[in-house]
Amino acid sequence: MTIQEEQDKIIEEFAILEGDQEMTNFYIMELGQKLPIMNSSDQTDENLVKGCQSKVWLKSENNDGLIRFHADSNTAITKGLVSLLVRVLSNQPANEILKAEIYFPDKIGMSRFIGTQRSNGFAAMIKQMKLEALAHSAIAEKRINVK
Amino acid sequence: MSQKELLKDFDIQIIRDQFPVLKEEINGRPVIYFDNAATTQKPLIVLKALEDYYYHQNANIHRGIHTLAERATTAFEQTRKRAQSFINAPEKEEIIFTKGTTEGINLVASTYGRKFIKEGDEVVISTMEHHSNIVPWQMLCEETGATLKVIPINDKGEILFEEYEKLLSERTKIVAIVYASNSLGTINPVKEIIAKAHEVGAITLLDGAQSTAHLDIDVQDLDVDFYTLSAHKMYGPTGVGVLYGKRELLEEMPPYQGGGEMIKDVSFTKTTYNDIPYKFEAGTPNIADVVGFKFAMDFIDNLGKKQIREHEDELIKYASQEIAEIDGVKIIGQAENKVSVLSFVVAGIHPFDIGQMLDARGVAVRTGHHCTQPLMDRFGIEGTIRASFAVYNTKEEIDVMIDGLKRVVNFMKQ
Repeated sequence: MTIQEEQDKIIEEFAILEGDQEMTNFYIMELGQKLPIMNSSDQTDENLVKGCQSKVWLKSENNDGLIRFHADSNTAITKGLVSLLVRVLSNQPANEILKAEIYFPDKIGMSRFIGTQRSNGFAAMIKQMKLEALAHSAIAEKRINVK
Repeated sequence: MSQKELLKDFDIQIIRDQFPVLKEEINGRPVIYFDNAATTQKPLIVLKALEDYYYHQNANIHRGIHTLAERATTAFEQTRKRAQSFINAPEKEEIIFTKGTTEGINLVASTYGRKFIKEGDEVVISTMEHHSNIVPWQMLCEETGATLKVIPINDKGEILFEEYEKLLSERTKIVAIVYASNSLGTINPVKEIIAKAHEVGAITLLDGAQSTAHLDIDVQDLDVDFYTLSAHKMYGPTGVGVLYGKRELLEEMPPYQGGGEMIKDVSFTKTTYNDIPYKFEAGTPNIADVVGFKFAMDFIDNLGKKQIREHEDELIKYASQEIAEIDGVKIIGQAENKVSVLSFVVAGIHPFDIGQMLDARGVAVRTGHHCTQPLMDRFGIEGTIRASFAVYNTKEEIDVMIDGLKRVVNFMKQ
């Protein structure tokens, strides 16, 4: 699935909740519970995303040209929000991640139910994921050049 | 009908009608405002006073000779007199207007502190202080070489008085203590604390941010040297506070900031300073909000502190009982003597998640460390969920919170 297709699917899923905040929160927490558990050894200060109110850890790897993200958070709602980003951006080529426009948060009215501070944290998370994609593509390019 | 007559029967619906914001809806549900320790809502009488001020009185105060300036000055100075009687200060000149409690503490640390505190001196605070009653003293200690001493507390969240006594010596110069804790609700035995401090010749400051709207405050009976408060935590406007100080101390202290109002005469070679309180009120103050603050104090007195306290005591007692029955809930702060602050944690659930889930049901609580990080460290937690009640809250509202909490706990257990 492309980044766009995955975002459109999320928008569709959230539309069913009809903007009910409590239902939305429960749904987001459920999504978080499904996110694969991150090793506690990866929950380091180095992997912390700066700019988030809650603790969010992010790690990535290059898996045959596709960037795979692992993430976790100490709060359930944030973990659910993070899981959405992992779903959208994980297992995509670095160049696709870099040029991706992340529009689903606006479409599902995220800022309305998470508030300004958490929205800023969410933006910080997207930035960090793009930075990691950039780093992976730079490493890959270097390898090609060396060859 | 006068407000006093309107409120005399302590009818909760009439009280609630005084607060327009309580009619707001959050996520399609009526707002339930339990974040009163952060700031209270404002009654009509205060809102009207703010409007009236700008409609009919607005001018810069003091030096003006025109009629509007006279009106504004009179209204402004009426609040000073009102604050004097509200905390039973001996003289109105001992009432200094500030931005709030934080500024009051900073003013004392910066002026009295810098003039009188030297290397080797000690400043005593407690474990449950708000950052605003920690950091100004830390800054002072760093600058002067004095030492900050901290009174420990027990697991219920009460000051260990014997430990406090042990900290006192001839080196103790300032004892700065919170009257009622914003995170725990604990009401400290401040009269005894002050008396002990005076025995060793120390001066005392009380952080009255959380106590002034709930308890009878009599600075003369307490014999406290400095008392600070914030209007916005007592149904008044934001950006206004009072620092009370004993005249002899205020007169000895150097000014806080330089500028207009605080001077008698200025030349390029020498400036002489104004008398108290103006010496500490440089620049144009927050006139409108000071004027509005008088009406907040009127509101409290019209209801009666005793009745307010009884109502809030009932709410905190009810909420504490109900919440204790929920699986995994632990109340942080179980002092015998408390204001209406209910701080708690729930095993396995982050306070942020609970805060957000309650907000979905229109319930406004605060989550986090409440600007008391050392206190959270003492309890080995990152933060709590805090519900703090005011005079307009009801048991029915508490039921909504408890129900919401149960839903989150049940969901997380699945």
